[in-house]
Amino acid sequence: MSTVTGNRGLQLEEKLIFELNSPGMTAVDLPNPHEITNVESRLGNAARKNPIGLPGLSEPQVVRHYLRLSQKNFAIDGGLYPLGSCTMKHNPRLNEKMARLPGLADIHPLQPKSTVQGAFELMDMTAHWLKTLTGMPAIAMSPAAGAHGELCGLMSIRAALEARGDARSRVLVPESAHGTNPASAHMCGYQVETIPATDQGRVDLAALKGMLGDDVAAIMVTNPNTCGLFEDEIIEMTKAVHDIGGLVYCDGANFNAIVGRVRPGDLGIDAMHLNLHKTFSTPHGGGGPGAGPVVLSEALAAFAPLPYVVHGKDGFDLIEQADDAAEFSSDAKPYGRMKGFHGQFGVFVRALSYMLSMGSDGLRQASSDAVLNANYLMAKLSDLLTVSYDGPCMHEVLFDDRFLKDTDVTTLDFAKAMIDEGFHPMTMYFPLVVHGALLMEPTETEGKETLDEFVDVIRALAEKAQSGNTQDFKAAPRYTPRRRLDETKAARNPVLVWSPGRAPELQAAE
Amino acid sequence: MRYLPLTDDDRQEMLAAIGAPNIEALYKDVAQEVLLDKPVDLPTTKGEMEVEQIIAGLAAKNLGAGAAPFFLGAGNYSHHIPASADHLIQRSEFLTSYTPYQPEVSQGTLQALFEFQTQVAMITGMEVANASLYDGATGTAEAAMMACRVTRRNKVIISGGLHPHYSEVTATNAKFLDLKIVTNPADPEGLENSESLAAQIDDDTACVIVQNPSFFGQVRNHSQLAEACHEKGALLVVVVTEIVSLGAVMAPGDMGADIVAAEGQSIGNALNFGGPHVGLFAVREKHLRQMPGRLAGETEDIEGKRGWVLTLSTREQHIRREKATSNICTNSGLCALAFSIHMTLLGEAGFTRLAHLNHAKAIELADRLDALSGVDVINDTFFNEFTVRLSKPAADIVDRLAAQGILAGVPASRLYPGNDDLENLLILAVTETVTPSDMDRLIDALEGVL
Repeated sequence: MSTVTGNRGLQLEEKLIFELNSPGMTAVDLPNPHEITNVESRLGNAARKNPIGLPGLSEPQVVRHYLRLSQKNFAIDGGLYPLGSCTMKHNPRLNEKMARLPGLADIHPLQPKSTVQGAFELMDMTAHWLKTLTGMPAIAMSPAAGAHGELCGLMSIRAALEARGDARSRVLVPESAHGTNPASAHMCGYQVETIPATDQGRVDLAALKGMLGDDVAAIMVTNPNTCGLFEDEIIEMTKAVHDIGGLVYCDGANFNAIVGRVRPGDLGIDAMHLNLHKTFSTPHGGGGPGAGPVVLSEALAAFAPLPYVVHGKDGFDLIEQADDAAEFSSDAKPYGRMKGFHGQFGVFVRALSYMLSMGSDGLRQASSDAVLNANYLMAKLSDLLTVSYDGPCMHEVLFDDRFLKDTDVTTLDFAKAMIDEGFHPMTMYFPLVVHGALLMEPTETEGKETLDEFVDVIRALAEKAQSGNTQDFKAAPRYTPRRRLDETKAARNPVLVWSPGRAPELQAAE
Repeated sequence: MRYLPLTDDDRQEMLAAIGAPNIEALYKDVAQEVLLDKPVDLPTTKGEMEVEQIIAGLAAKNLGAGAAPFFLGAGNYSHHIPASADHLIQRSEFLTSYTPYQPEVSQGTLQALFEFQTQVAMITGMEVANASLYDGATGTAEAAMMACRVTRRNKVIISGGLHPHYSEVTATNAKFLDLKIVTNPADPEGLENSESLAAQIDDDTACVIVQNPSFFGQVRNHSQLAEACHEKGALLVVVVTEIVSLGAVMAPGDMGADIVAAEGQSIGNALNFGGPHVGLFAVREKHLRQMPGRLAGETEDIEGKRGWVLTLSTREQHIRREKATSNICTNSGLCALAFSIHMTLLGEAGFTRLAHLNHAKAIELADRLDALSGVDVINDTFFNEFTVRLSKPAADIVDRLAAQGILAGVPASRLYPGNDDLENLLILAVTETVTPSDMDRLIDALEGVL
């Protein structure tokens, strides 16, 4: 049944800000600049002449607009968000409060160092926690995200190899890896080759050994891997790579399964990024900002990016230039700068707030609970859904679409039906090593009651699909602000900005 | 532990359902010799109050912009953020959602990104903008790499007015990609011009990168440079570190820029000691398919209602893997939202007034400083940031003023160490937050130390 407005109770339609425009209106009252000075502009021949076209709204309109938009989003605060590999865990509000403290939110990165000693100390404490948890001697704090961390780690590897006079040309990446891995290796000037997986969902050690040679710079391994499994031959792998003079990069996206239980430094890893927005609970914010510090082994410690905090003679100091990196020999220097200023400081504050709250005991319990929750889902669902690889799994469990065979329901349809039941879908169609992947990561911040409810719903949906009721799946989702959206149309004729004169009614009729 | 809902009874019941005797059994794939039998050597769990006390203690050791006359800029600016902007970005549905891969339950984020893209395109005078990058510096590096893809050339010419961090990040990214970076010497006086830069363009040149206003605050109309670039088949990349300037300064798009890489921190985002920030990235539509980063696009659902999705993902790493336009995966979503909300609050009238207010205050301070002995304003043009030559090394002066509780600006030597010509240069920014008494205190203190 349709309504006059298109609204459905609490679900309200909302125009674009450009369609709410009252020209001349503003929600920010500012002093009149002409009352300060009436002298001529100092903009030379570059003063703006054309209007910009921004809409004018009052504060109540703006607040209402964004409140209505927010109500069209699913969020971890509202319900289970079992996106495998993404780690949608609870985001404590204490962390937000800490990041907004005066003295942290309102300091400038280029203030005299004597006026920001507390900020350097905070970075140093965060670094200490991360190095201790990973068992690694060094860390690069500046990368802005996981993919940025991968690039950072590979550049460290390349810089170390070049310092030996042997840059090498190949980087080996398992077929189950995140897409960012090969993209990062490529940006570092390496030729990327794919390592096949075993039928146990792990790196094929024999195949890896066959691919190794003195032109291999590094392997990039994810551990636990994207199938949710611990690489049980990781120590043999890292040893084989070190034996041919290569180095080992670990994608740390899944570190949350092993914090406080296994230290990557003990496995022979040379570089690994940490997604502070996954493992250490900083919010995803609808797609960032995150932070991707990279822990480094002894072999790479000297080849970190700039800048970094050190303990100087008058308190903390920040090394900003390669020439000031005095502690290393002449052929071992930082390779340069990855990012403006000193890294995602606001994210460090949140991650430190989380680590201090959890403590070493709480972090160990968290990874154990994350693993327990995923194994519980596996145990409760494996008779009806098809588990891709035998357990135990780590923090996430991988199913494939064999259980939907002969039903005409796809993984995508299944996911959309979950939305109607009030759950965010799991990760779909990744990793690529199985057909129609469904990768579920409940995280440690879900209780047993939520998991039981989720299991009941998934079982009911699987039974419904197997009973031949495809129509409900094809029509899903039905109770969302929008139903299935036409992605082909969006890509074929891209409309990426609003332009004047395009009324919404006309657009719908196009 | 307050963030963990499982009880010990739950754990036992769940282990029984799994058929595992204990939690260690679930870690059986880990070799025994590397499995830790107890927590690592770090402090144990703490309550909220204790954590607050520790972190507030660290904050108290810093001198913040809110507690001092404050004149730092150089790519990171202290502006007033409306209360409603910071409130709205903390709505759970924005703060705690993921990248909008499931569009039916992410229309809020997607519509906001579409609005953001439109605002960025309007302000920069460009045709399309993406859903943001990490920051202005990494955006500049992406712009250089994109220009090389578009032109199939490999040389990048960097103006002496570009923020040193931006050119260093670009050089880092270029290092292993067979790109040649030509960096011009620091140009505080703004002596570079379209002829001197155009003369460096050859058949291998993919782009020229200029910053406007420059790192030293000089404002230029780069229209002639854009023409010169295009005549020689190169692109013009215009970098903007102070986005508020575009409320008063001609848009890069109106000058003929092909790519705009900007830092959006000034709008909606706190200083945060340099991050997280938000990279704005806008291009000509013809180069769209070589653009890095996420894009929200308009479409409709099966009922014909307007809606939004992430689109053109065939450029991206999760589809293209090593052949992607960039390895970038996320954007700077929440910072982009903060930018967009603050910009919506401002609107055309507020944004242009904010820009002129910044400019007026900067003129006032520049004229007062120029009248002091031992201080010369070297800019012929500026927006809200300018450079002065002091009669003494600027870093020492800044330290002496900091000891008096005044954060006077950024000494050029912090970013160009060892360059004697720049030793006495101090870069000052003046935003709407600077009060008349802040200016008085700065001037009195400078008179005392010069």
